Amino acid sequence: MLFAVIAKRWLTVILLGFSILPTIAPGPAFAEEPEPNEPPKVELVLDVSGSMRANDIGGRSRISVAQQAFNEVVDALPDETQLGIRVLGATYQGKDKAEGCKDTQQIVPVGRVDRTAAKAAIATLRPTGFTPVGLALRAAAQDLGTGGSTRRIVLITDGEDTCAPPDPCDVARELAAQGMHLVVDTLGLAPDENVRRQLLCIAAATGGSYASAQTPEELTGRIKQLVDRTKEANILPPAIVAGGAECAQAPLLSPGVYTDREKISEHRWYRVPIHKDQELRASVSIALDRPVNRDYGVLLRAVTADGRELVRTANAGSGRTDVLSTGVRWSAASATVTTTDICLVISNSFASAAQANSGPGMPFELTIDVVAASPAPNAPGLGRGWLLLLVLTVAGLLTGAIAGWLTRWWVATWRTN
Amino acid sequence: MTIRTRQGRIRSRARLAAAALAAVAVIALPVDAAAAPTPSPSASTVARAGTSFRTAVLVSPGQSIQVDASTGDYLYWSFTATAGQIIEISLSIALPPAEKRSGPSTWTVDVFDGMRRRQACTAGAQTPIAAVTDAKTALGCTLRRIRSWAEPWSDDPLPGTYYVRLSVIDLPENDLGLPTRVNALVSATDGGTSADDGDLHAALVPPAKPGKAASGAGPADPSASPSPSPDEGIAAFNWLPGLSARWVWTIIGGILAAVAGVVGFSLTWRRRRHI
Repeated sequence: MLFAVIAKRWLTVILLGFSILPTIAPGPAFAEEPEPNEPPKVELVLDVSGSMRANDIGGRSRISVAQQAFNEVVDALPDETQLGIRVLGATYQGKDKAEGCKDTQQIVPVGRVDRTAAKAAIATLRPTGFTPVGLALRAAAQDLGTGGSTRRIVLITDGEDTCAPPDPCDVARELAAQGMHLVVDTLGLAPDENVRRQLLCIAAATGGSYASAQTPEELTGRIKQLVDRTKEANILPPAIVAGGAECAQAPLLSPGVYTDREKISEHRWYRVPIHKDQELRASVSIALDRPVNRDYGVLLRAVTADGRELVRTANAGSGRTDVLSTGVRWSAASATVTTTDICLVISNSFASAAQANSGPGMPFELTIDVVAASPAPNAPGLGRGWLLLLVLTVAGLLTGAIAGWLTRWWVATWRTN
Repeated sequence: MTIRTRQGRIRSRARLAAAALAAVAVIALPVDAAAAPTPSPSASTVARAGTSFRTAVLVSPGQSIQVDASTGDYLYWSFTATAGQIIEISLSIALPPAEKRSGPSTWTVDVFDGMRRRQACTAGAQTPIAAVTDAKTALGCTLRRIRSWAEPWSDDPLPGTYYVRLSVIDLPENDLGLPTRVNALVSATDGGTSADDGDLHAALVPPAKPGKAASGAGPADPSASPSPSPDEGIAAFNWLPGLSARWVWTIIGGILAAVAGVVGFSLTWRRRRHI
């Protein structure tokens, strides 16, 4: 009887133990450390050229719709947003193209917005002159300065640039190539094919977006979306690095985020020092900032200093995309040396018309991380899981029962004898 | 009389043992009953999306996402997954009015791990084609179960950050830039980790800080990336598996077997009775 009670208690204890067990296993903790950083900046660039007079947005003129949208955006703006407004083609009324193509002014300086002053400035705008988009983009980039935060330009226009050269798309590429971490979002007010082409080109060159607005609500909604997007852009821009043409000349990288450019069919090399008990993690995202042929790929390889390949990953795709990414992990399975330089080489298989490959290469982001290696777990040898417990218990029970019956039989036989 | 009492007692003990076994069996039942992905009522709605990997908006599983965007935008969200989870992503896109569109559009949802490696979907409409007449289209992607460890050379899903990217991969150029509304939900169900061994010492969380490059061809600076102190075991015991949950399971199994053996033995054996 006593035995049964003890057995019962044990069972209770063990069963209780089971119910607690799964909660003991700790989950991995992920550290999210916020970065103190200067606030992101955004500048709205509005086309106030003569064509903005057209009354084709819900029966209202383009400029009045834009003014209303700007007022609503200024009203809804969060206090911490640093916003500026620049206009183009707003003042020069003459016919001289050379003069008209210099016509761009900043009407609200980049900073915390004084709502009354900003609205007063917006109210005075009258559709006037030419459309020097390229020049305005350059000036807007200067307005935003060269700080450490992400900067966004929202370009709102209804017409093609009438002042090329400089071609606005070339200007956008040039700004992107300066490594200024500048994104240009574009908004087209007229459903015109040439305008759309130009704006798509500007957006692609800087990693921005394109949208068309054909109603006042669409315009207001989209500008708010874009201003809103600067909020999450509160990250430090990647470090600019120039990869070597071969491993021996490659720069040594420490963990962090980098940006570099690579032409079509170019190879870029980097080196990362790795200890024997460390793991290398590298990822690359190459941006499609120009028109390329339909199918493409990127290859990331890790090789030793003497050229032996350790690991490679590739990613390929086709069709419309913003970036093409891949990543490698590597740790020495059995290391004899304590520290070694691993060479990383990034190559691509894009194809494009010849002129698209002149000038700066395609931008890519390289992320390097060096963490503690996670060695392969040794062969189990031990069991795990509820089924195991059930099998062991049933086996124990059966063994006990058989042993009991055998003993009884043996005792009975012994007694009778 | 005595015999009957004894039989009764044996029967009651047998019932006790059967009940214990049944309790074990009930607990042992798998708890991964597939639940339909529904947003958890307490979580707030996310109304934003990032436009690149680094600006991806962090969402937590169960949080619903509702974002206004334009066709052609690349929208990024990120979430954190832990070992054993099975992640299911579902998106629904309200397309622009049919009269503004000129042709079919192909949408795609790509999922990347913390190292920006594209992850396979085991289920879901990853790349649906929306016809001109469609008012909405739905996308989905279910990831493989997140492993607790994988060889560096494999691309098995591991604990850490994951990225979701929604994009249009093919559509007539005229149809770019039209307003759309995207509803999305990331949900996680527990698939268990009992089949896994080993663990990842550092989750796949990408560094956010800009790096520092040294251009010189000099020797590597060992202080730049300090190595963790290796825990050297005593050489004689290297064949023993390291401390893990398996030890606990096995030891408890042994105890259970021993207890069950005693119970089994006592079921068959007549107890000496004090009169």
